[in-house]
Amino acid sequence: MNMEQHIESHIIQSSDDEFIINVGPQHPSTHGVLHLQLKLDGEKIVDLRPFLGYIHRGIEKMSESLTYKQFIYLTSRMDYLSAHINNQACCLVIEKGLQTEVPERAKVIRTLMAELTRLASHQLWWGSTGLDMGAVSPFFYAFREREMILEIFEETCGSRLTMNYCVPGGVMNDIHPDFVRKVKQLIKQFRENIHEYDELLTGNPIFQSRTQGIGYLSKEDAIALSCSGPVARASGISCDVRKKNPYDAYDRVSFDEIIATEGDCFARYRVRLEEMKQSMNIIEQLIDNIPTGEYRTKIKGIIKLPVGEYYQRVETARGELGVYLVSDGSNKPYRIKFRTPNFSNLGALKPMSLGGKIGDLVAIMASLDLIIPDIDR
Amino acid sequence: MNDIFGPLWAPYVGYILVGLVIITLVVVMAVISIYLERKIAAFMQMRLGPMRVGKWGTLQAFADVFKLMLKESLTPAQADKQLFHIAPYLVLTVSFLAFAPIAFSPTLQLWDMNIGVLYITSISSVGVIGILMAGWSSNNKYSLLGAMRSGAQIVSYELSAGIAILTIVMMSGSLSVSGIIQSQADGWWIFKGHIPAIIAFVIFAIASTAELNRAPFDLAEAEQELTAGFHTEYSGMQFAMFFLAEYTNMFIVSMLGTTLFLGGWMPLHIANWETFNHLMDKIPPFLWFFGKVFISLFMIIWFRWTFPRLRIDQLLKLEWKYLLPIGMVNLVIGAIVTWLGWIF
Repeated sequence: MNMEQHIESHIIQSSDDEFIINVGPQHPSTHGVLHLQLKLDGEKIVDLRPFLGYIHRGIEKMSESLTYKQFIYLTSRMDYLSAHINNQACCLVIEKGLQTEVPERAKVIRTLMAELTRLASHQLWWGSTGLDMGAVSPFFYAFREREMILEIFEETCGSRLTMNYCVPGGVMNDIHPDFVRKVKQLIKQFRENIHEYDELLTGNPIFQSRTQGIGYLSKEDAIALSCSGPVARASGISCDVRKKNPYDAYDRVSFDEIIATEGDCFARYRVRLEEMKQSMNIIEQLIDNIPTGEYRTKIKGIIKLPVGEYYQRVETARGELGVYLVSDGSNKPYRIKFRTPNFSNLGALKPMSLGGKIGDLVAIMASLDLIIPDIDR
Repeated sequence: MNDIFGPLWAPYVGYILVGLVIITLVVVMAVISIYLERKIAAFMQMRLGPMRVGKWGTLQAFADVFKLMLKESLTPAQADKQLFHIAPYLVLTVSFLAFAPIAFSPTLQLWDMNIGVLYITSISSVGVIGILMAGWSSNNKYSLLGAMRSGAQIVSYELSAGIAILTIVMMSGSLSVSGIIQSQADGWWIFKGHIPAIIAFVIFAIASTAELNRAPFDLAEAEQELTAGFHTEYSGMQFAMFFLAEYTNMFIVSMLGTTLFLGGWMPLHIANWETFNHLMDKIPPFLWFFGKVFISLFMIIWFRWTFPRLRIDQLLKLEWKYLLPIGMVNLVIGAIVTWLGWIF
C-alpha cells in the first residue's frame, strides 16, 4: 500500500443519509490544531476520527541532538500549561541517572511551583469550559486569579508560561523575597472567590443539563485506553502519581486524591474543581515550611549519564507524563520517549462522543482538556 | 419641483421622509446598542471594554461599521450567488419593515393600522427565510447546520411568543398598537393583568430571546460548535447587515414587549399618588418609551453574558414540553380573567 492509499483508507466514507464535516484544524473548540472528521446523521455523531500531526515538531528526535541540560527546555512546548511539571519530569529523570540528591529547599520550591502550575492550568480549563459552553463571562473570572499566579512566576524566574525554572540538581535561582507573601495572598483571594466558580457554572441548570450523563466513560474503557489524570479519576480509577510514586516533596504533604465514579462530563468537571482546592491545601502546607539551605546542588557543566535506561513519571495537570530515557554514556540522550497524558486521553474521545450531538462533542472536548502540542509533540 | 411639494404628492413625500427618519433613528440606536452591549459585557467581566476610539470608546461602534464598509464582501466560488446576495438584504429589510406600526410617542407613529401586532409578528417571521437562504446558498456545511437549527428554533418559538402576545391582545381587546397602549392608560398590563400577564411576559421574554438567536439560544451561530453558523461565509458589509439585523430585531422585540406589557409610552402611575403621577407626566412620552426599551435591551444583554448555551434537543424540549403547554393554559386562564372582568 502506498502512502496515498494508506491515507485514503483512513478517511471516513459516508452514505447518502449522512454527511461528513471537518472540525478543525482551525476551529474554535479544538483549542489548537486538532483535526476531527465527523460523520453526522443530522446532528448525531455516527463516526469520529482524529487526525494528528499538524503541530508535530519532533521534540523527541530533536532531543537526541541536544545535551541533557538543553533538551529539558523543549518539553515546555509540549503541554505548555504544565510547562514547569514537564521540566520537572526531565530533571528528575536526569537526577535519577546521576544519582544526585536534590536539596530539600529545591524539592519544596519545585513542588510549590508545580502546584501553582496545576492551579493556573485548571483555572484556564475552567474558563475555556465556560467559553465552549457558550458562557463567555467565566473566562474572565478564571483569568483574574490566573494572572496573579503568572505574575508570581514572572517575578520568580522572569517568564510567565514556559518558565524553564527547573534545572538538574535543583532550580535555576532562589525564590523572590516576595514569593511567600504573594502566594499566601493568592490562596486567600482564591479561597474567597472560588464560590463564584460554583455560582457561574457548577450550579447553572443549563450547564448541568449539558454535562450530566454526557460523554460517559466506563472504568473498563478508561483502563483499556490508558487514560490518566482527572479523566481517569472521574471514572473511578485511582491513578494519582503524586500518591502512588511520590516525587520531590509530595511524600511530606497530605492531600486527598479526588475520585468520582459517574464517568460523565460533570464528574470530570467536579474532579478538576476539587483538585484546585487540594492544590491549595498542598501549597498551604508547604508555603510556611520552605527549608533553608541550598537551592541547587552543583552539577558538572557537561552531564554524562551512565549507560542504561531511566524512567520517571509525574502527574501533570492533565494526567501522567512519563519520560523514558536511554543513555549510551555520551553527553546526549540516545533516545527519549514521552508518554504524554493528552495523547492517551484523546483515545477516549470516540467512545465518549458516538451517538451524541455536536453540542455534546464540544462539552466532551472541554471536559478532556486537551492540549494539542502535547498530543503531537 | 413644485409638483413634488404640491398637495397631491405631499403625503407620499411625508411618508418617505418619516420612514427615512425612523430608519436612521433605528440604525443609530442599533449602533448605540452595540456600544452598550460591549460596555455592559465588559463591566460584567471586570474589564473596561472599548476605550481607545473617542472618549470612553464611544466611537468604537462607528469605527467598526466603517471598517466593515471598507472590507471586500467575498462570495464563495461554489455558492448560489443570487440567493447568497439577496439573503442579507432580505433579513435587514424585514427587520426594518417591522418598525412601521410601532408607536414611539402619542404623535410619532408611522402607520397606525388596526392589525399592528399581527403585522409585526407575521413580518418578523419572514426573516427566517433569509437565514435559511444564507445557510443554504453558502455551500458550507457549518452554514447549513446553523440555518437548519435556526429554522427549527424560530418556527417553534414563534408559537409561544404568539400565544403570549395573544394573551394581552385578548385582555385589551385590540390588535392595533395604539389601541393596546391606550388600554394601559390606567395601568400597565404587567400590573393589572394579574398572574396571566406576568406568566405571558416571562414566556414572551424567553421565546423572543430564542427568536432573536441570542445566547442562551444562539445555536444558529454557536461559535464553538459551528464557527459562525449561517453567516460563516459572509464578510464585509453583507456580514454587517446580518449583524445590524440582529440588533434591530433586538429593538423590535424590546419595543413590542414594551408596547404590550409595559405600557408603551405611558408614564408610570400609582393610584392615589397625585404628586408623583403629576411629576411622571412631566417626562416626555418618547423618553418613557425609550427608557423602557433600553431596560428590556439590558435584560436581553444580561441573559447573553450570564448563561451557557443550550443543546438543540434541550432547546426544542423547552419549547414543546414546557413553554407551549404553559402558554396555552395561561391563555385559557387569561380568557377567564378577562371574561369575569377581574382586571382593574
